[in-house]
Amino acid sequence: MTTTNSVNNGVNTQALLDARDALSASPAGAQFTWRATCTWIHGTHSRSTVKGFYGLGTEQQHKTEFTFEADHPEIFASEDHGATPVELVLSGLASCLMAGVASVAQLRGIQLRSVTAKLEGDMDILGVLGADTDARNGFNNIKVTFDIDADAKPEEIRALVAQSQKRSAVYDIITNPTNVTVEVA
Amino acid sequence: MRTTVIIIGAGHAGLAMSRCLTDRAIDHVVLERGEVAHSWKTERWDSLQLLTPNWMSRLPGYGYEGDDPDGYRTMPETIAFLERYAAVSAAPVQTHTTVTSVCRADHGYTVSTDQGDWSCRAVVLASGACNLASVPAFAQGVPSTVAMLTTMDYRHPNQLEEGGVLVVGASASGVQIADEVHRSGRPVTLSVGEHVRVPRVYRGRDIQWWMEVTGLFDERYDEMENLARARRLPSMQLTGSVARRTLDLNALTDIGVKLIGRFAGIHDGRAQFAGSLRNMCTLADLKMDRLLDKIDAWATSNGFDRAVGLPHRFEPTRVDVSPPLGIDLQSGAIRTILWATGYRPDYSWLDVPVFDLRGRLRHEGGVVASPGMYALGLPVLRCRRSTFIDGAGNDARDLSAHLASYLDRGNSTYRRDGYELATSR
Repeated sequence: MTTTNSVNNGVNTQALLDARDALSASPAGAQFTWRATCTWIHGTHSRSTVKGFYGLGTEQQHKTEFTFEADHPEIFASEDHGATPVELVLSGLASCLMAGVASVAQLRGIQLRSVTAKLEGDMDILGVLGADTDARNGFNNIKVTFDIDADAKPEEIRALVAQSQKRSAVYDIITNPTNVTVEVA
Repeated sequence: MRTTVIIIGAGHAGLAMSRCLTDRAIDHVVLERGEVAHSWKTERWDSLQLLTPNWMSRLPGYGYEGDDPDGYRTMPETIAFLERYAAVSAAPVQTHTTVTSVCRADHGYTVSTDQGDWSCRAVVLASGACNLASVPAFAQGVPSTVAMLTTMDYRHPNQLEEGGVLVVGASASGVQIADEVHRSGRPVTLSVGEHVRVPRVYRGRDIQWWMEVTGLFDERYDEMENLARARRLPSMQLTGSVARRTLDLNALTDIGVKLIGRFAGIHDGRAQFAGSLRNMCTLADLKMDRLLDKIDAWATSNGFDRAVGLPHRFEPTRVDVSPPLGIDLQSGAIRTILWATGYRPDYSWLDVPVFDLRGRLRHEGGVVASPGMYALGLPVLRCRRSTFIDGAGNDARDLSAHLASYLDRGNSTYRRDGYELATSR
C-alpha cells in the first residue's frame, strides 16, 4: 500500500504498517498489557496514574507519568475534583475513535482540517443507586457525532468513521463483553 | 502403489486438475473419501442452489451446455454436472478411499489411505475449503435445553423443533437459512457480524456478471492490498433462485426476522451480543455502494450504459434504534441455535510442516510451502474467481504447468534405475 502521498495528518502510517508486518511474523511481541494504578483520595475522589506497560516482549514506559482525577459532581453530594469515571470512558472512546480517524485518513490519503467528536452516554441512574433492578448500571446508549472537515467526499468520510470503529480497541471494549477479574491482594 | 501425482478430492477442483494432468499425459490418481462431488451430496441443505449462474462453471474441457445460462444449479444438478465431468474426462478416481496421512519421503510423498499406501512425486490438495464448520468456543456454554446444529448438519426447517431459532452469521448460508426457517413458522433472530451485502441483480444483470466483465474476478492474489483479508472475507449475501431475488438484511427484516449484533459470548446462560450492529451494516452498505460505483464507472467508460438499466442505489440497511444486547437462553424463547459461522478446511491428515502459526496452510497462489505440493479450490487462491467453481479451471492450468516443470526438474536428476535422488527435492 502506498503512503507516499502529500497528505499529512501527523500519522506515520508506514511505521504502523511495518509494525503490523513485523508483529504478524512474531506475534509474541504483540501481546501487550496496559496498566493503571488508582489511589483513593477522599470521598468519591480518586487519582489514577499510568506510567509503565508491557509490550514488544519487554517492560515499556510512557515519557512521563500521566494523572487522571476522578470524582462526582456536587449534585451527588461530592466535591467535583474531576470527571466522573463514565465521562472518562466516553473520553477514552472518543480519543480511540479519533486516533483511528486520523490514521485511516492518512492511509487513504485524506487530508483532515478539523475533527470534532461529541459524545453522549444515556444512563438511568436508578441502576447504580440500586433502586430499580431492571435498570442497568451502565450506559443504555452511547451516541457519537463526528464533525469532520476534510478533503474527501461525504461517503469517504462515512467510510473513515466506520473503519475507525471497526479497528477501535475502546469501541470493542464497550460493545463486547470482557471477562473482568477483581481480587483483593 | 506408485503414481506420479496424487490428487486428494474429486470435487470440481480435483477433477479440473485431473483433466489438466491428463492433457499433459502426467500419470495420476484422484483419491476420494466418498464419491465424486461427495461434499455436495452429503454436506449441503436441501434447498441450496449455487450462488453463481450456470454459465459460471467453465472447467478445462467442460462447461455449461444447457439452455438456462442465467439459472442457478440445484444440488442434484450440481452433482450431475460434476459426475458428468468426471465421466467425460475419464478421471482416474479411486472412490471410497480416505486419506489418513501425507508424509514427505525420499521419492516425494507417501500418501496413506484406508485402502493402502501410495508413493508419489507430487500431491495436489483439492479436499475443499469447507470440511469443518467453525463454531466459536463459547458454544460450550449454551444450556442443554437449547439444540445446536451447524450449516453442515442442517437440511430443512422441519428438522428443527418448533419455536425460536437463533441463526448466527449473515453470510450466504446464514441469510438463506434464516429466510427459510423463518418462513417455516419458527421465528428467527439473526446475529449479524461483518458481512458482504450485494444485490442479486443490478441494472438488469447478475452481480456475478458485473464482477466478471469489470475484471474484479481477475484481481490476482499477488496484486491485492490485503490478501489475508480477501481470503477470510465472508461470502456475499446471495441466494440462487428462479426469481433472482435479492436476499439482504432488509429482505429478512421485511418478513419479520429480527436482527441482533454479533454473538459475543455467553454469561450465566445469557447470550450476549455486540452493540456494533449499526456499524456492521454501515460498513456493508458503504462497501456495496463502492462496488456499484465501480460498476457504473465501468459501464460508462465501456459504452455500456444503453445496454443495461439505469444506475440506482439501494435502501440503507434498516437497523433498530436499540437492538437487544442479550437473550436469556434458559427462557425457552430460543429452542435452536444454528451456527452459520463459516467453514475451515481439515488438514488433520497432512503431516508436513506447511502451516502458519494459526494452523492455516502456507501457500503462494496454490504452490504450497513444500516442494511438489499444490493446493486448489480455496478462496482467492490465485484470484478472486478462485473462490468459485469457475475459478478452478485457470488455477488448475497454472498450477499443472508449475507441477509439470517441477517434475521435469526432478527428471534431470533421475538416476538410471528410475529412482529420484533425495537431493532433487
